[in-house]
Amino acid sequence: MPGELAAQAVSALATVSPEPGAAKPEPLLIADGVNRHFGGLVAVDVTHVEIQKGAITALIGPNGAGKSTFFNVLSGFDKADAGTWSFAGVTITNTAPHRLARKGMVRTFQLTKSLSRLTVMDNMLLGAGGQTGESMVASVFPFTWKAQEKKNRERAMVLLERFNLAAKAQDFAGSLSGGQRKLLEMARALMLQPELVMLDEPMAGVNPALKQSLLDHIRDIREEGTTVVFVEHDMDMVRDVSDWVIVMAQGKIIAEGTPDTVMRDQRVIDAYLGAHHDQQLTASGDSLTEGTSS
Amino acid sequence: MDMGFVLTQAISQAIGVTAIIYLLATMGLNIQFGYTGLLNFGQIAFVAVGSYAIGVFMVQWQGSAFVPNLWVAIIYALLLSVVLALILGVPTLRLRADYLAIVTIAAGEIIRLVFKSTDALGGAQGINGKMGEEFYAINPFPQQDRFDFGPLSYTRNDVWVVTVGWVVIALLLLLTWALMRSPWGRVLKGIREDEDAVRSLGKSTYLRKMQALILGGIFGTIGGIFWAVAKQSVQPDSFVPAFTFFCYTILILGGAARVMGPVIGALIFWFLLVFIEQFLLLLIDNGTITFLEPTQVGPIRFILVGVGLMLLMIFRPQGILGDKKELALDAR
Repeated sequence: MPGELAAQAVSALATVSPEPGAAKPEPLLIADGVNRHFGGLVAVDVTHVEIQKGAITALIGPNGAGKSTFFNVLSGFDKADAGTWSFAGVTITNTAPHRLARKGMVRTFQLTKSLSRLTVMDNMLLGAGGQTGESMVASVFPFTWKAQEKKNRERAMVLLERFNLAAKAQDFAGSLSGGQRKLLEMARALMLQPELVMLDEPMAGVNPALKQSLLDHIRDIREEGTTVVFVEHDMDMVRDVSDWVIVMAQGKIIAEGTPDTVMRDQRVIDAYLGAHHDQQLTASGDSLTEGTSS
Repeated sequence: MDMGFVLTQAISQAIGVTAIIYLLATMGLNIQFGYTGLLNFGQIAFVAVGSYAIGVFMVQWQGSAFVPNLWVAIIYALLLSVVLALILGVPTLRLRADYLAIVTIAAGEIIRLVFKSTDALGGAQGINGKMGEEFYAINPFPQQDRFDFGPLSYTRNDVWVVTVGWVVIALLLLLTWALMRSPWGRVLKGIREDEDAVRSLGKSTYLRKMQALILGGIFGTIGGIFWAVAKQSVQPDSFVPAFTFFCYTILILGGAARVMGPVIGALIFWFLLVFIEQFLLLLIDNGTITFLEPTQVGPIRFILVGVGLMLLMIFRPQGILGDKKELALDAR
């Protein structure tokens, strides 16, 4: 059952024209002229893109389309060769990742980065922002951070309950299964109370049962008013959960729209399956060499 | 010579000045490597800076207005340690972990060779002279030649040095414990596990790595200060890379990322080293072993300690205080 905020997001996007670089009614993240190349290879070349606030936006595209690179650039883990981008009206071009996280923009990774030899609870506590006790001087005076720590602990416990990890709170994160690590990473990101969550392939290597629960969690995140952007290969997930889909191919954004529009878009089908996917390789009875050379 | 003498020697070395110096340096490594994952292979550089600062300030610059007494010299030594950490850390801590390892191991050798080849810093002869008069002057132990604790016997100066050494160690252990149970310590451990994850959660890892490098370096420098004051002599060739590797041995033996790990490691390492040496000498002395010369005992004890460490790595890779479950977890 879609909640109120979900309905709002859908209705807000209904009027947006399904064109690459379309303007959104309430953009949270705006990127202009972002370019990243490795030698002669242009990995990312995005002219203009806007991410709607309060919606779930999927970033899809075939392998090597530049999705992850674009993601890394936006989240400060890679430097762009050109371009500007802003978050909630503030320019954040080439800003260091830890500063972005403090501004309310937090990401997860394709290969989960659970901190193995820390307990699940410590992983969660590490996510909490603005901790006094993280200053070296204050850390030796527990009275300066004990109260804050207690509050963070309570908040972490609530999140762990929600993500079904409460029983594991005192276990090492390294002892969790792959799917549980995905959950932990998502829960840990929420400890920062971010405005924007960027998930890099949240479904990679997750079993179908857990997929459903991850999808529910992503919807819940939006229900709390948090904007979600994710990179994904899993088309079922994209169709299921996203309000808006941005398609990249060869570093460029080639299409945008609601999931249904995008799936029917000829440019998208061409990008994924090749422009000649519905043509026979060998024209009726002709030789093989002639067919492939066309 | 008998078994009692062998044991007495081993125990007195295990808690003696040399063990204290190694222990201080290892406690610094524990913060850098054990908790933060920084591969500092040049801890000896920090020790050398501590020793040489005392040596140069107290002997070469004797009577200079810049260094009125030992206590000021100690403060300068600690400041120099911070400067060294900044020089090593600023260019390398933004890079991958292995760069710090390369830079630190080179820095240790550069510092040793600079001291060895600069006459103003003692040159190849090193510095000999009174380096700790103020320290020995405040010795509160009563005036008598020897102090006996059971079979252990110390001079008045030695008993003061060893007492202060262990008090300083206890205080620094307390500091380490307080730091590592705090949120700051949690960030360090996070950096050890995965730096990018910590950065993505809004923490400046560069700042924390720098703090850990400085703090661990200061521990090493305190060891170096102690060295100069206790031995009243600073020789360039004492500051060889092997020192750092012994520290790593001690750390891994005791258990990395455990507050008490370096203590257990240092006690056992020095006890074994001296015990093996003295025991072999005893056996040679009373004719049980005829195929060894007393001069061969020095190298052989390291061979035996090496074998012991290999056995430890095979049967208890997590060290004495470590948790095997923790070690079994994959790093990512």
